[in-house]
Amino acid sequence: MPATSRVPDNSGRFGPFGGRFVPETLTRALDELAAEYDKASGDESFQAELDDLLRNYVGRPSPLYFAERLSRQCGGARIYLKREDLNHTGAHKINNTLGQALLTKRMGKPRVIAETGAGQHGVATATACARFGLKCVVYMGEEDIRRQAPNVFSMKLLGAEVRPVSSGSRTLRDAINEAMRDWMSTVETTHYMIGSVVGPHPFPMIVRDFQAVIGRETRRQCIDQLGRLPEVIVACVGGGSNASGMFYPFIEDGGVAMVGVEAGGRSDKMGDHAAPLCFGRPGVLHGSYSFVMQDEDGQTCDVHSVSAGLDYPGTGPEHSFWKQIGRVSYTNATDDEVLAAFDTLAKAEGILPALESAHAVAEAIKLATDRTPDESVVVCLSGRGDKDAQEIARLTESRKLRVES
Amino acid sequence: MPFVTAGDPDLDFTAEVIRQLVDRGSSMCELGIPYSDPIADGPVIQASYTRALDKKIKLADIFQMLGRLTPTLAAPVVTMVSYAIVYRRGLEEYVSGAKAAGVAGAIVPDLPAEESAALAEICRREDFSLIQLVTPTTPRDRARLIAERTTGFIYYVSVAGITGERNELPREIVDNVAWLRRQTDLPICIGFGISRPEHVRTLAPVSDGLIVGSAIVRRVAEASTKPRDEVLEEIGDYVAGLLAAMEE
Repeated sequence: MPATSRVPDNSGRFGPFGGRFVPETLTRALDELAAEYDKASGDESFQAELDDLLRNYVGRPSPLYFAERLSRQCGGARIYLKREDLNHTGAHKINNTLGQALLTKRMGKPRVIAETGAGQHGVATATACARFGLKCVVYMGEEDIRRQAPNVFSMKLLGAEVRPVSSGSRTLRDAINEAMRDWMSTVETTHYMIGSVVGPHPFPMIVRDFQAVIGRETRRQCIDQLGRLPEVIVACVGGGSNASGMFYPFIEDGGVAMVGVEAGGRSDKMGDHAAPLCFGRPGVLHGSYSFVMQDEDGQTCDVHSVSAGLDYPGTGPEHSFWKQIGRVSYTNATDDEVLAAFDTLAKAEGILPALESAHAVAEAIKLATDRTPDESVVVCLSGRGDKDAQEIARLTESRKLRVES
Repeated sequence: MPFVTAGDPDLDFTAEVIRQLVDRGSSMCELGIPYSDPIADGPVIQASYTRALDKKIKLADIFQMLGRLTPTLAAPVVTMVSYAIVYRRGLEEYVSGAKAAGVAGAIVPDLPAEESAALAEICRREDFSLIQLVTPTTPRDRARLIAERTTGFIYYVSVAGITGERNELPREIVDNVAWLRRQTDLPICIGFGISRPEHVRTLAPVSDGLIVGSAIVRRVAEASTKPRDEVLEEIGDYVAGLLAAMEE
């Protein structure tokens, strides 16, 4: 296989990015996880068990759906949606948590912890833990508990304990800090089921590999349904797991352009967005070296996004690598564009996208408009938007009030 | 060896606390550089970092304070600093800046041995200690490797966990440190969780120094509600009590 996809190396480096910047206390657990994953990867029964779960429990393969009315409305390229929103639990996150739950069982650890922003990974973790009889604790920022309340109820119903995080910005970043602190004290008996392609090696590799089923299926479906590969693939990027899983199997397909869409928030001013690949620079956060929003002293900056799942100051190291080598281009969509895209997709196709995924939809609409009907744009519709309905109603109401006053 | 957070509640008071601690007999002082995302720290130190950063404490201000303080201080100061900060500042620049401020070394808790080569090289060249950590989860062959690479002293972490006061410490510490001592000629200091005279009595005989953090940071935090002289006196007495237990 050519070099671009043969990353990371043994030290977890994607080019210069990645690595393992964590306290010594966690090193052994990370080594054990890497070793276990290596063994599992070579074990056919592991892959067979995961494949069976993905088919019969998650409902894979997820469809590649031609969004005919949306495409016609844009008047350009044909838009296809990779329907990860149709997975069990309503997002791509379950692909990863089932894989990691199998690893947890193999390692003989009885307890799982996780962080969550939008709550999608929290629900997927709680689900996998219920399915495998693992004790589950999910850390979630207080601000996110407020704006993603439906997912909090689901996690509890699934038997997970949700621990509110009140430090810092009370969002995803702080939830990761708190999960890491828990892991520092419980590392012998607990697996940290990280939800994105972030964190210390081997997490960015493991999560990418478990999510790569998205891209592998899409590639096959494109060949079956379109007779060829698409011109462009679009996915949203916070930590970047759905994008990573979608892009990775296409990395060597030079003719396929790929676009990662970050959270453009209110504006391109520092603090108003969550777009480190667009506006940040390389630094160390949460155990890896990657693009990040930091001040000149290395302190993490506050970020903002309308979507809790993208409200994160860092990103996966492999995205930084793809940016550096120019294989993927990264852009952003503002909160307003995202809410408009949400509305457009809802009315044109009868699909409520997660606010995270609506970032990709917003960019796809722009791209498709500028292209011709013989071209195809594939969007990773990473999750469904039921969880966001309340928050969108609240935002719409407060915007109306602002306009009227 | 006390640990103090830089800039909580302000840098002037930090300097006074360090001076008091050294006057009362501390042989070295560890200064925590506030960081926004400290994953190895418990709630007490974490909250002190947040308070300091809320006051817009900058690394340059901290070095400036140290530059004034260290020339008249009878004990060395080392910094506990996240690699996020060192990297952003630039490895060379961080070390030279710290050295110019009279700092003797750095503990970088999120920089494990396999990532530390570049910083270790600079520290060696600049004769600046890079103190590395060994923990209860460190396998023995790895502990030997860390002992070979560390300079200044070895920081033995008493518990698998985060910083913060604990009622009891694991019994294996004594054996683990005794083993470690046979692998190295470097001094070994023990930290995390230590706060009581009985901890000190157990650990002093097997170590070259004990690091006390959260228990001091918690007392310093009282300076926001109590007269500063009183807080200084209490911290001094507290540390003097621990030092007395060391002599027993």
